[in-house]
Amino acid sequence: MEENRQQSEQVPAGVTVDRDRQALNIEREDICIETRGLNLYYGEDQALKNVNLRIPRNRVTAFIGPSGCGKSTLLRCFNRMNDLIDICRIEGEILIDGQDIHHRDVDVAEHRRRVGMVFQKPNPFPKSIFENVAYGLRLQGVNDRRKLAEVVENALRAAALWDEVKDRLDDNAFGLSGGQQQRLVIARAIAIEPEVILLDEPCSALDPISTAKVEELIIELKDRYTIVIVTHNMQQAARVSDFTAYMYMGEMVEFDDTSRLFTNPRRKATEDYITGRYG
Amino acid sequence: MDKLHLDRHISRQFNEELEALRQQVMKMGGLAEEMINDAVRALVEGDSNLAQKVVDADDRVNDLEKAIDERCIMILARRQPTASDLRLVVAIIKTINDIERIGDEAEKVARMAVRLAEADRPRNNYRELEVMGTTVRDMLHDALDGFARLAPEVAVDLVREDNKVDADYEAILRQYHTYLVEEPRNTRRIIDAIWVARSIERIGDHAKNIGEYIVYLVEGKDLRHASLAEMERELERGDSE
Repeated sequence: MEENRQQSEQVPAGVTVDRDRQALNIEREDICIETRGLNLYYGEDQALKNVNLRIPRNRVTAFIGPSGCGKSTLLRCFNRMNDLIDICRIEGEILIDGQDIHHRDVDVAEHRRRVGMVFQKPNPFPKSIFENVAYGLRLQGVNDRRKLAEVVENALRAAALWDEVKDRLDDNAFGLSGGQQQRLVIARAIAIEPEVILLDEPCSALDPISTAKVEELIIELKDRYTIVIVTHNMQQAARVSDFTAYMYMGEMVEFDDTSRLFTNPRRKATEDYITGRYG
Repeated sequence: MDKLHLDRHISRQFNEELEALRQQVMKMGGLAEEMINDAVRALVEGDSNLAQKVVDADDRVNDLEKAIDERCIMILARRQPTASDLRLVVAIIKTINDIERIGDEAEKVARMAVRLAEADRPRNNYRELEVMGTTVRDMLHDALDGFARLAPEVAVDLVREDNKVDADYEAILRQYHTYLVEEPRNTRRIIDAIWVARSIERIGDHAKNIGEYIVYLVEGKDLRHASLAEMERELERGDSE
């Protein structure tokens, strides 16, 4: 956070000629997720090094960086996926809405309901389209057909998939294309009304048209959800995100509003990465 | 082009594309600089052949503008440049637009030089236009030099020089206005000379613009329409780490 604050202070204030006039400013954002001095170890290896980050609410934040830089690891921290790995050890704090997610009163299942996750490869369940989306609600004990139908329709509409599947809700989800499956998985995440949606390279297995649809969807969803996306595709980060974090070797190198980061990054390391230079 | 490490892309092909692009811009700028020089000389010496050479050179400047534009578009489409690479391509697209306009203004001066060569010559041989023309030629030279060296500070000098050119232009207009009243038989010649002054003044504006693009390229700051004081303050502060 100290680092971010330092960087923000360098943004010229009140200079009428400045290019950043309309730029987003993290200082003015409502913060949803915050990490403080976050260190993460897999056994002896340190995967995250003192990460201090503030992710604004109802915005799209992208994590970019080379393979192994820790961006997926960081994303997984937010819904405590790393709890499943025995050798993983975490230091520091992760706050969502100001609450420490590792506090012993936090119910992990409830936490993961609030923080949904979508992976690189679409992972629908071997069930019908309808049941895929209704799954989370059924787990919560909702069985009212009308209520389920309503939620499923809303979620599919929100995921921009309704028109393509409304006449075959009982078909197996595996019959959908990759792009449709990915949007189905997003609908499944939306159905249980999370606050945060984490997307781990959601388009890397999709063709350009499906990618465009998912990107469009991400932008539409940000009014209602805080979205964090990990992507290898820098143009994608530039297109969909409001803020971008560049990570390298487990460290948060630069975090800034996306338009600034892609036109005039503050750090040479960021510049070298996004312009394809060797450092 | 050392500061921006334009030759350090993982893609060697991209390095070569940017270097070729940069060289073409320098070539185009050099041509325009020569056009200004020749147009002013043609005016002062009443040399219609030299003036014709300037008119012909404008075609080459126009061709280069199109060729460079095409390269830039290709780079945008194929490389999706970011950060300094993106700023370089954008700065070049804007710079060549101003250089092309400089070529047009130099051509206008040359065409006027042809007409004025046939008219009576004033005793001072258009000394005031020669001085102003030499100033704007040097401004373009400095702008191109600043572009080659990636030296944003030239922008400040160019604004200062342009202010002087604007003042000279005003003075020349006043002087010519007096001539119009005093020497009605030379009306046509004086009006042509006013056109020359106008073109030269515009060249100064274009050279100044190029300075602003260099600031954008190197610092990522948009200082167009900034006052001299604002520009000095911004350039002094910098914000790179």
